[in-house]
Amino acid sequence: MTTAHGIQSAAWLLIALPLLSAGVLLVAGRRADKWAHVVGAAVPVVLFGYAVMLFFSVKGEGNREINLHLYSWIPVAGFKVDAGLLIDPLSMVFVLLITGVGSLIHIYAVGYMAHDEGRRRFFGYFNYFIAVMLLLVLANSYLALYVGWEGVGLASYLLISFYYSRNIAATAGNKAFFANRVGDVGLSIAIMIMFAYVGSTSYADVLYGDTQLTKGVATAIGFMLLLGACGKSGQFPLQTWLPDAMEGPTPVSALIHAATMVTAGVYLIARSAPVFDVSQAARTAVVVVGAITLLYGCVCGCGQDDLKRVLAYSTVSQIGYMFLAVGLGPGVYAIGIIHLVGHGFFKAALFLSAGSVMHAMNDRIDMRRFGGLFRVMPITYGVFVCGYLAIIGFPLATGFWTKDKIIEAALDKGGTSGWVLGVVALAGAGLTAFYMTRALVMTFHGERRWEDDVHPHEASRSMTYPMIALGVLSLVGGYLLIFGGGLQHWLTPSVGPSVEEGVHTVSTLVLTAITLVVVALGVLGGWVAFGRKPVPISQPVGVSPVTTAARRNIYADAFNEMVLQRPGQWLSRALVYFDNRGVDGAVTGLAAGFGGGSARLKRTQTGFVRSYALSMLGGTIAVVAVLLAVRFQ
Amino acid sequence: MHNPALVILVLIPLIGSVAVFSLRQEQAKLAKQLSLAVSLIVVVYTAVVGFAFHTDAHAERFQFRGSWSWIKAFNVHIAVGVDGIALVLVAMSVVLVPAVVLASWNSFDSRSGAEEIVAPGAKQRSVKNYFALLLLLEFFMIGVFTATDVFLFYVFFEAMLVPMYFIIGSFGGPRRQYAAMKFFLYSLVGGLLMLASVIGLYVTTGSRSFAITDLIGKVPDGATQKWLFLGFFIAFAIKAPLVPFHTWLPDAGAEAPAGGAALLVGVLDKVGTFGFLRYCLPLFPGASRYFAPTILILSVIGILYAAFLAIGQRDMKRLVAYTSVAHFGFIGLGIFAFTTQGGTGAVLYMVNHGLSTGALFIVVGLLIARGKSRNVDDYGGAAKVTPILAGLFLLTGLSALALPGMSTFVSEFLVLVGTFTRHKGLAVLATTGIVLAAIYVLYLYQRTFQGRVSEKVAKFRDLNVRETFAVAPLIALIIVLGVYPKPILDVINPAVRATLHDVHQSDPTPDLGTAVGGVR
Repeated sequence: MTTAHGIQSAAWLLIALPLLSAGVLLVAGRRADKWAHVVGAAVPVVLFGYAVMLFFSVKGEGNREINLHLYSWIPVAGFKVDAGLLIDPLSMVFVLLITGVGSLIHIYAVGYMAHDEGRRRFFGYFNYFIAVMLLLVLANSYLALYVGWEGVGLASYLLISFYYSRNIAATAGNKAFFANRVGDVGLSIAIMIMFAYVGSTSYADVLYGDTQLTKGVATAIGFMLLLGACGKSGQFPLQTWLPDAMEGPTPVSALIHAATMVTAGVYLIARSAPVFDVSQAARTAVVVVGAITLLYGCVCGCGQDDLKRVLAYSTVSQIGYMFLAVGLGPGVYAIGIIHLVGHGFFKAALFLSAGSVMHAMNDRIDMRRFGGLFRVMPITYGVFVCGYLAIIGFPLATGFWTKDKIIEAALDKGGTSGWVLGVVALAGAGLTAFYMTRALVMTFHGERRWEDDVHPHEASRSMTYPMIALGVLSLVGGYLLIFGGGLQHWLTPSVGPSVEEGVHTVSTLVLTAITLVVVALGVLGGWVAFGRKPVPISQPVGVSPVTTAARRNIYADAFNEMVLQRPGQWLSRALVYFDNRGVDGAVTGLAAGFGGGSARLKRTQTGFVRSYALSMLGGTIAVVAVLLAVRFQ
Repeated sequence: MHNPALVILVLIPLIGSVAVFSLRQEQAKLAKQLSLAVSLIVVVYTAVVGFAFHTDAHAERFQFRGSWSWIKAFNVHIAVGVDGIALVLVAMSVVLVPAVVLASWNSFDSRSGAEEIVAPGAKQRSVKNYFALLLLLEFFMIGVFTATDVFLFYVFFEAMLVPMYFIIGSFGGPRRQYAAMKFFLYSLVGGLLMLASVIGLYVTTGSRSFAITDLIGKVPDGATQKWLFLGFFIAFAIKAPLVPFHTWLPDAGAEAPAGGAALLVGVLDKVGTFGFLRYCLPLFPGASRYFAPTILILSVIGILYAAFLAIGQRDMKRLVAYTSVAHFGFIGLGIFAFTTQGGTGAVLYMVNHGLSTGALFIVVGLLIARGKSRNVDDYGGAAKVTPILAGLFLLTGLSALALPGMSTFVSEFLVLVGTFTRHKGLAVLATTGIVLAAIYVLYLYQRTFQGRVSEKVAKFRDLNVRETFAVAPLIALIIVLGVYPKPILDVINPAVRATLHDVHQSDPTPDLGTAVGGVR
């Protein structure tokens, strides 16, 4: 590890600058309404410029793990936590992703939020998000990461409930925060275990220090980190908040709930690679969570009529792929990160075009009332198609490079579990193709099913340009990432070397062919079911139990309500009753008993205030008297 | 040992209080301005004292010591001095007072429209008396933290009740008489138990002195020590309050005027937890260790039990009172875990909780003054109408749920990590409290500030400059101390270490050898 110098020493500005602008925008009040969006959008662009320079500076180093010590944060005896940043290949990838995609989405939001009276507040929150997200990935200790971790949770909460006048949005924000806090219990405990056994919470000591973690401790830390990761990344069993998070403005869904924040769980696991390397049990847990969530998201995605919710479930399932990858352990971490970056491109493209559609359709998002939009919104359509090709893994588009690698890695795990995971990942690819085709066809093709007051039109340039950029990235980004093993080599210092190309369980060529066939079947299925006959404008009833389950997110919300929410409310009410009647009653009754019955107590209460002061004085005299007695005994 | 620095500090609010009392009723405005000026002078003076406090390794435990003989017969002294713990608590208390003065500016002025809920038929209340009582309370608060003579401490501990009793009983809500009486009786019972122990202490140690420094290590181990400990402990546990001694607090917190509630929960209750550290641990080390497991379990029960109760409340001030009971559970946990992190965390928690809950009572009070109701169901959608109040309310709420980046997080995490190194199961249980905290804070915010704007709420006026300045500095302090807590930690740390030394405890060392399934 080397010490930061030159331009690297200014990396703290990545956090301080957006934090400052967020503070200014939020405190300045209405008088800043005129220029707030300009400042808000300029900040991430400036940061991106700096991040690129920082990237080349890091690239030029022999040792690419650069530590930037800032100050002593919490020094209490053995517990010494410094505020400091770790600039290394892994954090650099995230910094570029967050500031790069972040800049495009900020620019898009200038147009998207143009007619919203809360635009200044929006940019304040959005810049705050950039600051804490960068802190999350740049922190050099788990405790500092935790600050960013809950900070992005707050940003997410604020932006989901941005339209707080609607109770549904406010509730969705709360749900997100609560689910995240459940995960944060795990992260907290993980950090406590680190301190109790290693005596530190910094990456340098916990991950790369002299103390080799024992298997038991690594397993405990691994499971707790996984709980945190599940909360943040919307993974099973804490996944239900993410689809509801679509109540926020669409740029939020694109940046926070697709491209960056929800992938923080993957970052956490990849960052903690040395911990997971020690514990097979923890790795297995990650893989299982990933596999379950992957299928869960796909199935639910098939049953949604709300375009943004389709994309949200798609995010849930794509992050499942990433969990699967990082859970496979040494050699595969980098593949998970590559898919994460690629997903950042194409999911942002899909969300931004969905936002453009929503904008054009007077904020309506029900795909049953869309149809035939490709004629009136050609650019949006083009971008959506780019994202579509990327996510289904169309040859040479991003997903083709990044997702197929995960399927391959799953199969390469070997044994029964390898086959099971490989088949799950493959099935996921087919289902993804199905629901994405369904979304594409229902939104852009077929007959027009618009309501009468809707007059769709293409969006302004501040929206279309960033969309086009992301569309292009969706097509070619994957190839750029994978080209010559570039990103894998780059990440080696952080997550260890990738598996070398060797003998695969199924040869790459055959596997690619199989995958393409499965994807083609999915596309065909989607087109046969939704593209050939008119789409009914209301949800068909009397459908199969599977469809019903998919529409109701496989009863996850119902389960939570039945098992957590209602019993929690009952418990709370019962305790309130108990505390008022039981505890208080007992104590008051006891007091009344001493005082000679409650009647006397009541009489005392109605007395003059002055008499209490007198009794106080009487008490003090008694004290002195007792003391005198003691003295002269 | 006649350093007058602290005596002057104690006397400024007392003189201020007398001056405000002696004004005429119609000079209400002057009373407010004078109170604000006095409370600000105290802040500045405390800051000067604070900067002169030594934190280096060889610094004295108690500094700015001054001692004057008072009751010669029993060798009682007016002895004052501060260690790091007392200093930060004094600082927190004096910072809170001007905020409370600003927040209660028009609370009892029937023409302002900003007054809090009044019982039907209540007579016109004396504005100047209220502010004089606040300053009198400040005098006692500083006194109780700076006293280094056990008897003097006891006198302040009891006398503190009187101004608070009048603040609740004369300036409170509809059930103020009942709440004030309950508060008074509970505290009095605790005080009497403590008095018995104070006398016992004097008799059993045989040191014929009440100076804390003379008494440390003098109480013989065994049954006597346990009984004396219990006398102090129950008094402090009622004051703090720990479950199950807490039931007076929701009533007192709800019926007291918001400013009074801020000082009651923010400062007066801290005397209880301060007492644990200053008196229970050093004077009765054996008994402290003996009772610690029970107290730790009560603390964890308190954290979870009170949090559930807070979630179930409709009365906003009762809700805040219950959140405090949960927070006091954390403080108890940190103190009786006997680790440097736990102890330092607990002291910082006391400071943060004072600022945060003080601010929370103030913002709730500002909202109640607008809606004239404590019931959350009477609100909704206020963020649209009063964005500044909403923002400050949310920030204060976030500090109550210990959001990382705020000082409350630093203290809560220190308490948890300090507990974890010794009692893993309890720490894990306590950690689940952070979920409940999120629920009671955000659920409260949703019901009051989010949702559709009702007709009544639409008429609300946003905060003016004075009201904003009552809360904003507290929030700013919480954020600054969250980002850079080192200066305050450096003050607290030596005092906590000295206290742990008194109770013969040292931190467990990190060790992988004891790890579960220790396979390398």
